Amino acid sequence: MLRITGGKVYDPANGVDGVIQDICIDQGRIVASAEGGRTIDARGMLVFPGGVDVHTHVAGGALNFARGLVPENQRAARKFLHGKDRRAGLGGMTPTTFATGYLYAGMGWTTVNEAAVPVLTAKHTHEELHDTPIVDKSCLLLMANNEMVLDLLEAGEIERARHVVAWLIWAAKVYGVKAVNPGGVAAWKWGKNASALHETFEGYQSLTPAKIIAGLAQIVDELQLPHPLHLHCNNLGVPGNVATTVETMQVLEGRRAHLAHLQFHAYGGDGWSNMHSEAAAVADAFNRHTNLTCDAGAVLFGDAVTITADGPWQHLLYQLTGRKWGNLDVENETGCGIVPYVYKDRSLVNAVQWAVGLELMLLITDPWRVFLTTDHPNGGCFWRYPEIVQLLMDVEFRKEQVRRLPEAAQQRIVLGDLDRQYSLFEIAIITSAGPARALGLSNKGHLGIGADADIAIYPEQPDPDGFLFSYPRYVLKDGEIVVEEGEVIGGSEGREFIVRPQFDAGIEAYIRPLFQQIYTISFDNYPVALERLRHPEQVTLPSKPA
Amino acid sequence: MITLTLKELPSVPLEAEVLSPDVTAGLSNDAIRALPVYLGKRQRRIDDFFDVDGSSSDQITIQGDAARVKWIGRAMTRGHIRITGNTGMHLGAYMSGGTIEVSGNGADWVGAEMSGGLIRIDGNAGGQIGAAYRGSSTGMRDGTILIGGSAGLEVGMRMKRGVIAIGGPVRDFAGLQMKGGTIILASGAELRTGAWMMRGTIISLRPLPLMPTFAYAATYLPDVLRIYAAYLRGLGFTLPFDQQQGAYQRYTGDTSVPGKGEILIWNPRGA
Repeated sequence: MLRITGGKVYDPANGVDGVIQDICIDQGRIVASAEGGRTIDARGMLVFPGGVDVHTHVAGGALNFARGLVPENQRAARKFLHGKDRRAGLGGMTPTTFATGYLYAGMGWTTVNEAAVPVLTAKHTHEELHDTPIVDKSCLLLMANNEMVLDLLEAGEIERARHVVAWLIWAAKVYGVKAVNPGGVAAWKWGKNASALHETFEGYQSLTPAKIIAGLAQIVDELQLPHPLHLHCNNLGVPGNVATTVETMQVLEGRRAHLAHLQFHAYGGDGWSNMHSEAAAVADAFNRHTNLTCDAGAVLFGDAVTITADGPWQHLLYQLTGRKWGNLDVENETGCGIVPYVYKDRSLVNAVQWAVGLELMLLITDPWRVFLTTDHPNGGCFWRYPEIVQLLMDVEFRKEQVRRLPEAAQQRIVLGDLDRQYSLFEIAIITSAGPARALGLSNKGHLGIGADADIAIYPEQPDPDGFLFSYPRYVLKDGEIVVEEGEVIGGSEGREFIVRPQFDAGIEAYIRPLFQQIYTISFDNYPVALERLRHPEQVTLPSKPA
Repeated sequence: MITLTLKELPSVPLEAEVLSPDVTAGLSNDAIRALPVYLGKRQRRIDDFFDVDGSSSDQITIQGDAARVKWIGRAMTRGHIRITGNTGMHLGAYMSGGTIEVSGNGADWVGAEMSGGLIRIDGNAGGQIGAAYRGSSTGMRDGTILIGGSAGLEVGMRMKRGVIAIGGPVRDFAGLQMKGGTIILASGAELRTGAWMMRGTIISLRPLPLMPTFAYAATYLPDVLRIYAAYLRGLGFTLPFDQQQGAYQRYTGDTSVPGKGEILIWNPRGA
């Protein structure tokens, strides 16, 4: 039993906007009333539902490869020393598992969605997610370059593809479907890319990226997964990709979808020399497509490590930076590229990227459809989210930053002309209520009766050395106090959300021989056994496919 | 003057980055005794391992076989450390000023990523002298390292500036991915010297097995070596610079990168 009294509560899902009211907690849930137990005096503080990160990379083969590739970052990283309540770890660009949990919780975030998991390395991902304490987790399966799925889509066998996708989702014990550069990663295995939505790509006769996108969106809708197709569009990061992004929205008409890290997909121009912001065009198209949600994928100046299944893009980025590059081939499923990167405010390209992320968040009118992310660690580390909140809430602070950019960069962006300021209510939407709704997690992102008691309590006046949301005074996870007076004081291991979509039991007979023919591991070693997940929570789906 | 005398060789390496003039300069004897060191994962006190004499000084003398004491002089900016005996790994890593002198042997990573100051080791040293730590783009940025005896692998790896002079034989990959600065090999080196070097100078006073990606350019006595010779003479290290005695053969490379570095090999007159 626990009561939080006297705080200003921001609970957008229930229409509560800065009202001083008490919150009662019992057995990890929010309840109408509670007697006895501890009382937290939250006078002069802001009470938010715990943050939900809809798109981040915190576990698995690719991230671990990145950790190994940047030991110099690890040396400079914040250290977490082993203690009574805490395991040792390192912060930095690619935090270690335990540190990831402490850093998220230490900022008031309590649910994270790992956005890119191949079936082949799902076991590794689940092991790492288990070692990521406090926060609840979910993860998405990479599907848009899986050869079994692509072959079925090419053959027009959408129904069998649906069964295969459903089987793979359950085999990997994941929560949803991710599509990265549809067709492009498959083509990368021939050293090519898939940059035109309606043209076929290497290795296929009739299949196009548009057909993959439409097919997967249809499958996800038919399976009635709680989270729609999570799409990393083609031509990420390429000047002039605004056309592809808007075209992708047209392909998705009539379907649900989530467009990931939209910032990287809103550029004009036809080369690096004249690249400019097309955030206005993308936001305009997005505002009209109410079937879609997106996350910002904002960029902050400073060090980052770019990690994506988008192999061809990473090779291009490596050629631009000339430093380090890692490339992984994940057999018949996907690939991955790693490039450490520094966003510099003197670089015109980086300045445009920085502005575009903020412009999108300011120009997309419905905060319920755009969420705060940096595509961690691609655009910047998640523990820098409070800086972005500050930039959104304080127009003068933002304009001051814009004025510091090179003159030429200021002419390529529209950020200096935008006067919108986010309210605390809207911040609660883009950091928690919105992403929770987009993920279909009905007990997350709000403070109504029955919700999980994941609560972040921030001082109304920030510390002089931090931003408003840098140091929560208290964070509760499932009703347990995990941060007190700004210090992480331990906490539980957190759950993993998974789904079990329906599939024809006979589909295994189709997959098995195909699998034995083309994979390097035995079919029986492929699926992740449910017992491997320490704290799974199966989110129930409607009983029959739509 | 502060004198630390090692009581006994620690059972596992002791991490002692507090043994730096910057740390001890303002501390009383008691405070120095209480400084934290790590024996494995356990935090201990300096006086668990050393007898400590003196206080408040940036002149430190360490006596005894400190071959398992790591990180001495880490990031020091001034002062003087004299070690009578051996020292452990990472001696003077990240240092930017001051002097470290060792009468015995050093170990790996001497002066790694240092940016100034002088390290002199009379005996042998290990590998990665003045090198970049794994993953870093740049090793030693300035300063001087003198080793009287032999050295190990990857001497001066990714160094950008400064001088490394080694009296004894050196193992493979001296000057690996070197970006600038000077390495002097008084007794030559083993294989792949200057591999992937972009810029900088490697001078060998003995013949070297050269990689095929280095091309012969000239035999000459570059004037700049007169300055180096004078500087090193002051430190007790002789670099021949007399046309009566011989000249240097210049090889450029590593052309596989492609780099603009040079290897100068001393060719005595009449040889």
